[in-house]
Amino acid sequence: MLAPKSKNNANSFDYVDIIKVRVSRDLWFEIGNGSEEGRHTRGAADAVISLRTITGWIIMARLELRNVTRRFGDFVAVDDVTLTIESGEFFTLLGPSGCGKTTILRMIAGFDLPDAGQILLDGQDLVDTPAEKRPVHTVFQNYALFPHLTVAQNIAFPLKMARRPEAEMRSMLGEMLEQVHLSDKANAYPHELSGGQKQRVALARGLVNRPRLLLLDEPLGALDAKLREEMQVDLIDLQRDVGITFVFVTHAQVEALALSHRIAVMNEGRVVQLDEPARLYSAPRTRFVADFIGNINQLQAQVVEVAHSHVHLLVAGLGEIIAPPSAGVAVGDQGVYAIRPEQVRIGVQDEVSELKNHFTGVVRSLLYEGDVTVYKVALADGAMIEALLPNSASGRAQLFEAGDAVKLGWRHDAGMFLRE
Amino acid sequence: MSDERKLSRAVRITKWLVSGPPFVYLLLFFVAPSIIMVLASFRYPGEFGGLAPLATGDPATLQGLTLETYQFFFSDVIYGYVFFKSFLVALATTLICLLLAYPLSLLIARSPKKSRDLMVLLVILPFASNFLIRVYAWMIILGPQAAFSQAVNGLLAALGVAPVHLLFSPFAVLVGMVYVHLPFMVLPLYTNLEKHDPALLDAAQDLGANAWQRFWRVTFPLSLPGIFSGSALVFIPVLGMFAIPDILGGTGDMLIGNLIKEQFLGTRDWPFGSTLSIMLTIAVLLIVWVAARLGGRRHYA
Repeated sequence: MLAPKSKNNANSFDYVDIIKVRVSRDLWFEIGNGSEEGRHTRGAADAVISLRTITGWIIMARLELRNVTRRFGDFVAVDDVTLTIESGEFFTLLGPSGCGKTTILRMIAGFDLPDAGQILLDGQDLVDTPAEKRPVHTVFQNYALFPHLTVAQNIAFPLKMARRPEAEMRSMLGEMLEQVHLSDKANAYPHELSGGQKQRVALARGLVNRPRLLLLDEPLGALDAKLREEMQVDLIDLQRDVGITFVFVTHAQVEALALSHRIAVMNEGRVVQLDEPARLYSAPRTRFVADFIGNINQLQAQVVEVAHSHVHLLVAGLGEIIAPPSAGVAVGDQGVYAIRPEQVRIGVQDEVSELKNHFTGVVRSLLYEGDVTVYKVALADGAMIEALLPNSASGRAQLFEAGDAVKLGWRHDAGMFLRE
Repeated sequence: MSDERKLSRAVRITKWLVSGPPFVYLLLFFVAPSIIMVLASFRYPGEFGGLAPLATGDPATLQGLTLETYQFFFSDVIYGYVFFKSFLVALATTLICLLLAYPLSLLIARSPKKSRDLMVLLVILPFASNFLIRVYAWMIILGPQAAFSQAVNGLLAALGVAPVHLLFSPFAVLVGMVYVHLPFMVLPLYTNLEKHDPALLDAAQDLGANAWQRFWRVTFPLSLPGIFSGSALVFIPVLGMFAIPDILGGTGDMLIGNLIKEQFLGTRDWPFGSTLSIMLTIAVLLIVWVAARLGGRRHYA
């Protein structure tokens, strides 16, 4: 990693201080502004910069939140949050409304100040820098495009504020318009654009001046489902192309899982789990995370035996079952047994009975969703289990009807025990 | 007749019922008088006011139609001068109102929702008392015996400057004009500023705009419709105003409004008064047209 550059004025940031350019998969060039690293590589800079359009800019930006707290009266919106967002990362703050994620975003942007703690960008505290001087731009929830300016004028706004020379401004603007496929809409006004186009203008406006950090405040919330999916793909591509660190705030777990490198799940002002999407989904550490991310069956459970490869649980409505081991679990611990609907097999034949955990039940209701069907099955012992079955069998819309007797089962290494 | 056509007929009738009365009202009390005025401007004045008859048996008396009043208007530079002066007063009043009203409107628009209504109420509160009484009150405030005049003249004396008469001066007229018309500038401006999305200012700041740039590049251009309508609401009535110059301006300060009033109530030259009125109307329409052309370039709603 690069050393933070030496600056005379602690309060001023250049928008591009140190640039890392990826030439091939494992070869990086670093171009600095007067830093030692920069002098070493300056000779190669021209050649490297010509590769920019292929490999993209990597602008250094490592954001650290240290013990950040923000209170509104008695309400603690952000409670002693410490986390590090790595350079070039697509980082998501995920949580229900009121969990403090937007407050964190506003503090990074400079619209709000922490009551305690530090916000460091490459080691420099941002707290004393006003919002307009931070090398951090935001894509707002409802885009906040200037209605009196054209698409081109909207996107050029931050360039104008930064007093970029005319020629540079024009080339940056043209490049950005092309990148978001809006060259033909340059002279249109925001009210003439579709939702997706407005979204792209907002993104372009946030990116054009090459901030070290781009904050995105639920930017897909106003789009319809189909468009949202398209924009997700565009966002991933765009972030990879520009290489700028993205900090994304959302309450939509599907978006978070699809887009992020890492996700911080927040609840009541605290980060409850920070992990990669797949880890977060498959190994939630708390009931809250398990419940918030995706659907999950949860049943009251008690640990009756701990072996080194598995644990035995006594689960309400299921009886005794085998579950994968989780760290620090002791006999007698109370909690829940949680299992994802797609891990539950459903059938009538013996293939289910061969599984270590298997039960019989009756289909109570079903939800046909096209690609999958979600069955709610009442087990003999009283538990209600949700099972998800892909509708991949040709010519069959659904396999079972309400009232059918079925067998449920799952592998002993599926599911998990979560303490209260 | 099909249901659809029945429905469309019902809609048509409703439209006429709703828009009919105001239409008839304007026809009777605006269009008809305007036509009468245009006709009157081509007549001769009657001997004791009113209009001379169109035709009499006596060839010695004035009768028929004439362009005399228009020749009269354009032959003497004094009328052009009065028009010009009135325009200057209206322009100055509009600008001063704008300068005073903008910060006030901005303050109201950015206040908490609860205090906004109270502040708007305070702005329109002067309307609760009679217009003439309020103007006469300024006569007292600006009068030579009033504390205000004495303070001003005391200050001037200390600086070695001869005392001034505040009342019966262009200054007094301007003060009265601004005072009376300020709410007409504040209300449209406030209505406009109040609708601005605060997220736009956040966005501007986020993208590097300081406080002045946020105002100049976002708030101000977005408030142009409010500025235009407020300016029209101040400029046009001030142009024709006669009561304030009459009361506060003294004898030397004649504006178009006074001139027109004088023709009808003083010299009793109705045709010339009509001509002046028509010229004023044409001038106002011209200004509105130019303003609409200037303002029409804005593409956003």
